[in-house]
Order: sequence, then structure tokens, then C-alpha cells
Amino acid sequence: MGRTISEKIFDAHLLDRPFEESFILKLDTVFCHEITTPVAINDLVARGKDRVFDPDRIKVVIDHVSPAKDSKTAEQGKILRDWARRNSIKDFFDIGYNGVCHAIFPEKGFVRPGYTVIMGDSHTCTHGAFGAFAAGVGTTDLEVGILKGVCAFKYPKTIKFYLKGNLPEGVFAKDVILYIISQIGVNGATDRVMEFTGPIVDAMSMESRMTLCNMAVEAGGTSGICYPDMTTVEYLWEFIKDSYSSKEKALAEYSGWISDIDSVYQKIIEFDLGGLEPMVTYGYKPDQVKKVREMEGTPVDQVYIGSCTNGRLEDLVEAAKILKGRKIAKGIRGILSPATPRVYREALKQGIIEIFADAGFCITNPTCGACLGMSNGVLASGEVCASTTNRNFYGRMGKGGMVHLMSPATAAATALKGSITNSPLFMG
Amino acid sequence: MKKFGGKVLFLDRNDINTDEIIPAKYLTEITKESLKPYCLEDLNLKGFDRERDLPGKEVIISRSNFGCGSSREHAPWVLELNGINVVIAESFARIFRQNMFNSGLLAIELPGRDINKLFEKYAQTGASVSIDLDRFVLTVKGASASDIFAFKLDPFDAELVKSGGWLEYADKKY
Repeated sequence: MGRTISEKIFDAHLLDRPFEESFILKLDTVFCHEITTPVAINDLVARGKDRVFDPDRIKVVIDHVSPAKDSKTAEQGKILRDWARRNSIKDFFDIGYNGVCHAIFPEKGFVRPGYTVIMGDSHTCTHGAFGAFAAGVGTTDLEVGILKGVCAFKYPKTIKFYLKGNLPEGVFAKDVILYIISQIGVNGATDRVMEFTGPIVDAMSMESRMTLCNMAVEAGGTSGICYPDMTTVEYLWEFIKDSYSSKEKALAEYSGWISDIDSVYQKIIEFDLGGLEPMVTYGYKPDQVKKVREMEGTPVDQVYIGSCTNGRLEDLVEAAKILKGRKIAKGIRGILSPATPRVYREALKQGIIEIFADAGFCITNPTCGACLGMSNGVLASGEVCASTTNRNFYGRMGKGGMVHLMSPATAAATALKGSITNSPLFMG
Repeated sequence: MKKFGGKVLFLDRNDINTDEIIPAKYLTEITKESLKPYCLEDLNLKGFDRERDLPGKEVIISRSNFGCGSSREHAPWVLELNGINVVIAESFARIFRQNMFNSGLLAIELPGRDINKLFEKYAQTGASVSIDLDRFVLTVKGASASDIFAFKLDPFDAELVKSGGWLEYADKKY
């Protein structure tokens, strides 16, 4: 019987199996940010266990509220900084060098095919785009991960998604994942790995695969996962070129992290997405999704482009194609938050930042900010935001606010019109 | 081992997420204790009044996919700080359920028909629940009725509750 990619990763990292279904895995890397880590640090200190299992395998960023907005967030940053210094953690990204965790860590080459990754953040599933098993955890799991380099998981049951057809122009990974979530529901993949395969995924850039995997948790998924291929190798090449004599050699090794043909799945779901249209959420749950066409004309107060879902260069490029030479509608607040300093710099170089600024967007530094109603664009009660983020929960971007999730292209078009509208890229 | 059970707070909705249990703006608190006043502040549930309904409750009974969304362990913490030590639901989001057991709290899944029965028969009766962790049964008592339900716990999760949580367990073993 064959094994899925996730099963292979589990088998290769197994440290202990106290019960049939319970796997204690060795972790390749533990990611940390300033919201969920300080409580773990304080608890470790209080227990007299202020240690880390391996300082080189712990990567740290301040991203949720950056720069600090008040004394409390300043204190969170300080706890993290002091801890990283005490424990000789070299990869620590602070002001000027920091970005949204699930964008900056892949950009630094910290995730590789076959890895096990945890973080105290539910969107850790993003890193599955590299063929890694990457799962969000709570503070206690994070604490044990930091201290011991292990984490407990159930043996992974997998739902395989086979995505075929050619995506129409103006339809993106965000539309694909919103559609999938609408089909299986917000708990359609609870306790399951969502394995994304098929020609549509094969044709996707790493950025798009990250968008796809990012929202696996919105369907309850433990991790999203894609097979590593030449696209993965190309993305990682600057970090791995000293380890392999050629890209083909790297690919050959990474190809060990692909599901066997006779793998056993909990379910296989096939979608032909050749006729997919741009999608948008309409309620307070990520599975409440309609075609943009059906929501056309819904007025918005703010448009937010950024986050670990859609704040990467590719996302900014797509939005800029629509904004170029145009102005956003009167009374609409446009906010662009490039996800990392590298994205910001590259966008600057390519003239993309200028397009956004000319259109009337406010451009913030890289941070999670408004996505979870922390800073940089919190909504007032009754306000509506067209957003490229991942959660439309009640109160998510501010008490009493409404969030409509959509792709960067749809968000840009919506900013120009002042109400939800299809992007001109979409000719459907 | 601590005792589980007590008076029940019924929350009649699917997909109650961790942003509703504890909004993100309070995650800047460094100590667990300071979260206490904000429990269920953004709960989107008609008729729910947290100042009236939450005090004195030790058990939550809800529907499916309880605790979905953010990984914040602040959600189980804020429930515990307000006296809740058990959540009973038709299903849980993975991270929330793990966070409950990791914190030494109970997340019990019951089939939909049992949950329906609990809501229909006990929601308006000032019910309380007691948990027997040796026999894996829970007893619900209302004003004039009572019922017993068997439940299953994953053996590993049961071990975590007995050990007082995952850190204690892992620290001893790994």
C-alpha cells in the first residue's frame, strides 16, 4: 500500500507513538511571532526552563503589530527580543526587516519539502505549499516545540483535491480556494490534510500555492500540501544551490516527497475549474461564498490589499494592472500592506508602489495589522471592507464591521468602483 | 486530578470561532488573568447576554465546529478563567480541541442526536453536568429530568488530562 506525502513525512519524523493514532513528531523548524510566543516564554521562565531545543531551528518575527502601537505591544516585542538574544536565536526579524510571518519565512528559504513545521498561528498551513507538513498550534504546543522540538499529531488522513481545467483570465488561487471552501464547508476538512494536486496546481507559482494552502484552515484543514516540483526548486534555488550540483538533482531528491499512486485517501474530490468566476464571501463565515457577479454593486468603505494570503509581489502586480492610471472612487479608503520588506522593495523598483499611491492608496509597512483588527485600518461598526485577507468573522477587522474576502484583482476593481465588482481582467 | 462539570451554558450555534470567544485586540495582554473580562465579547448569538448568562457556568454545550479559526490558546484560557472546564459539542476545530486538552481541560464530542436532545430537553432548565472520567460517561440533570451519555476520549488526550497537560507530559517523557 502506498503512502501519501503527509504519511511519508510523519514516518520520517516519528519519535514516539504512545498510542495507535498518536504520533509524536520531531520538528524541523518552529516559527514564532510576538502574539502567541510571549506567554509561552513567560511560562518557560516561570518553570525554570528558559531554554530552546535548537536556536538554529527557531525563527522569530514581530509581525502582528509593528511598529508597536502602545505599551502592551511594545512589551510583547521586548519579551520576544530579549528571549531571542538570551537563547542565541539568530534568525530574528525586527523593524526594518520584518514582514508577515507566512510570507517572510518562505522568502528566507526556511521551509523545504519534507519538513515538519509548527507555529502558534493558524495560517501555518501556508507552508504546505512547499511539500511540508505545516500546522498551526496553540501556545502549549508551541512551548513544548520550543523546549523539546516535538509535537503530537494524529496520523494524517488526507483529502486529495484534483484541480483541472484552465483558470480563466482574472481568476486566481484566491478564487479557487474560496470556491473549494464553499463546496466542502468550514469544517469540511477538520482533522484532515488537504492535498492540492492536478494541472491547475502544477501551473501555479509558489505564491499562488501559498494562497491556496493558506486558507486550508478555513475549511478546518490541519495543513494544506502541494507536491514539490521544478517551481519549488526554482523558488528555493538561491538557498539550496550549494547543496546540489544542479536543479535536476534537487528535484530528484524532492520527488521523494510526493504521494504514491496507490495511496489511500479519506476522499478524492475532483473539480473542473475551467469555468470558475471570481468569488467573494458574503457572510461571517469563509464558506459563505458567491460569484462576484452576484454581489455586484455592494458598497464598501475600505479596500485592504495585503496579509499572509495575498500580500506577495504577484498579488500586488495583479492589483496594479487594474489600478494603473486610475483613481479609486471618492470616499473609499484604500490600504496596501506589502507582506514583506522584499515585496515592498521589489514593488518600489517595478513602479507598483507608485501606481498604488497615484490611485489614492495608503501604503503601510509590512504587518498583519488590519486583517485581525489590531491596527492600520480597523473598521468602525457598520463599515464594510473589501479585503484580500482570509477571515470574514464577525468583528474580525473591528467590532460591528463586515469583511468581504476576495482576490487582489477583485479588490482593486472594487476600489475603483466603490462597490464590489469584477476585475476588468475577467472576461467571463 | 481536578473535577470536571457544573452548571451549563447552552450556546445554540455552529462554528463559534475563537475571535468570538476572545477578540484579537485583547491578545496584546501578557498575562492570562487580564483576559478574563472579555470572554465571549464578540459572540454573534441572538439573545445571549454575557453578563447575565456566563457567571456561575462551568460547562458549555454547543453545536458543531466549536472553536474554529485562530489558533489562540487564549480561547480555552479565557473560558477557564471564567469557570468553564468542559466544552461539549458535536465537533471541534482541531487546534481548539488540542488546546483544551493541552491546558488540562475537557473537550467532549457527542453525536448530533445527543446534542439535539441536550438542547431540546435541558436548555431552559438550569441544567448541570457531571463527568465521570473513569467510566467515560456524563450525567446531565435538569429541573425534573436527567440523562446519561457515554462519550469517547482519545487515549492520548485522556492521558494529557491525567498528567495535567501536554507540557508536563512531554517534559517527563521527551
